[in-house]
Amino acid sequence: MPASVHAEEPQEVDQSMLDAEPEVDPIMLEEKRVIVLPGSSETSASFQFENEGHTMGNALRYAIMKNPAVEFCGYTIPHPSDPKMHLRIQTTDNTTALEALEKGFSDLMDLCDVVTEKFTDARDQFNEENANRMQS
Amino acid sequence: MAPLVASQGELQRRRIIDINAETVTNIPSTDFPGHWPGESHAWALDQFKENFKVDYHRNDPYEASFSLIGLDAAVANAFRRILMAEIPTLAIEYVFVHNNTSVIQDEVLAQRLGLIPLKGSVDGINWMRWYRKPTEDEEPSEDDGPSDFNTVVMHLDVECTKNTDAHPAEEDPRKLYNHAHVYAKDISFAAVGRQEQYFVGDGTIQPVNPDILIAKMRPGQKIEMELHCIKGIGADHAKFSPVATASYRLMPDINILKPIIGDDAKKFAKCFPKGVIALEPVTSAEASRKGSGYEGHAGEQKAVVRDAFNDTVSRECLRHEEFQGKVKLGRLRDHFIFNIESTGQFESDTLFLESVKILKLKCARWKRGLNDLMA
Repeated sequence: MPASVHAEEPQEVDQSMLDAEPEVDPIMLEEKRVIVLPGSSETSASFQFENEGHTMGNALRYAIMKNPAVEFCGYTIPHPSDPKMHLRIQTTDNTTALEALEKGFSDLMDLCDVVTEKFTDARDQFNEENANRMQS
Repeated sequence: MAPLVASQGELQRRRIIDINAETVTNIPSTDFPGHWPGESHAWALDQFKENFKVDYHRNDPYEASFSLIGLDAAVANAFRRILMAEIPTLAIEYVFVHNNTSVIQDEVLAQRLGLIPLKGSVDGINWMRWYRKPTEDEEPSEDDGPSDFNTVVMHLDVECTKNTDAHPAEEDPRKLYNHAHVYAKDISFAAVGRQEQYFVGDGTIQPVNPDILIAKMRPGQKIEMELHCIKGIGADHAKFSPVATASYRLMPDINILKPIIGDDAKKFAKCFPKGVIALEPVTSAEASRKGSGYEGHAGEQKAVVRDAFNDTVSRECLRHEEFQGKVKLGRLRDHFIFNIESTGQFESDTLFLESVKILKLKCARWKRGLNDLMA
């Protein structure tokens, strides 16, 4: 196996197909895929995410905007043929831009857990009801 | 001061995107801190947990339909995008043409083969890893190249011959010749190495639909090919997309503001798909209530909204003079009706769960990456 993500995380949890990542050059992985753009301060910063697009950008923007300590949050893809996403965060003095970003990720992950849980419940219940209907 | 809480009526108003004859209004979500003076709207997990709801409408292996209620468009759209472009699947990527004397060119044939949806043991496909394409300027290492855990090898060996048993007057080439048509079912697979633990019996790698026509031949023509399948994602090539369609629409909302009675009601019902608008007789209680608009119409038919789910929001009713000001159309901004049609490699409901898992995984990975930022 080439030195992809699997080599670094040997058999981490399960052999899920999600355990792998799109074909990224292993050398790229070593490099920082997220950087802070010049001109940042504690409470206001622009982050650049590589190989990221609207999928993460908009969802993350939503999660960060839900934080009352955030004054402004927006994302852009500066050029469509450049696989980069810029995220701007400006906060009040109660927090820092980096903290707000971290909280955004955490909140989004919590959200995913709830969605998985509720979706599984609803599906199982639906399947059960359907099976009962078939029998009767 | 405790944060203000908007009234139920106001909240319902905010939930609806207005659809007018020529415009849409009240489009962006406003549930952010600082938008409504005095109201909080900060992220609260327990609140989200309470309000979020999933309604299942249909759960067939390859087609699922369900509603996600209480979500923002940004998140729903992330799930949809991940479904289409970021869930890995197996597809034919490399085609080695040993012999092809058919009229269809090698590269065209290879392109057609790539688009054939494959199925096989889900455990096996999950067990497989990425195949790393060797780059030109790199020293080839031992790890490079196809192995049992990153490549599935299939063969397509067909030769067209005359069918000696055919009736002399036969004109159908499929009966006149053997293998005049090459179908997806002609692709053969043999497990190698550890693949034997997964891809056996029902778990064999095979085309989802055996009757896909790949090429046509005449006696003497021959196709001999070796097909290498690898895992990839839809963002790289659409053949790797696990879904035929993955889409959502917002729940339609029809609000009848003023009574629509009699012939108008019939005409109104015809403006919508069947079952959306129902006709009910005006009750005597309604007719006797002053200012209800039903006075003196007891027993006549009135239009009521029975099930807005099936509405297409064609806005037909807004074109007619007699319904002006009597009806308001809209969509619920946080009610997403998802429809996921799988190509056959995975089941539709698992695909959605995978998409949620991928979003979480991406978040976790980026969050871990932030540690380097601070260093």
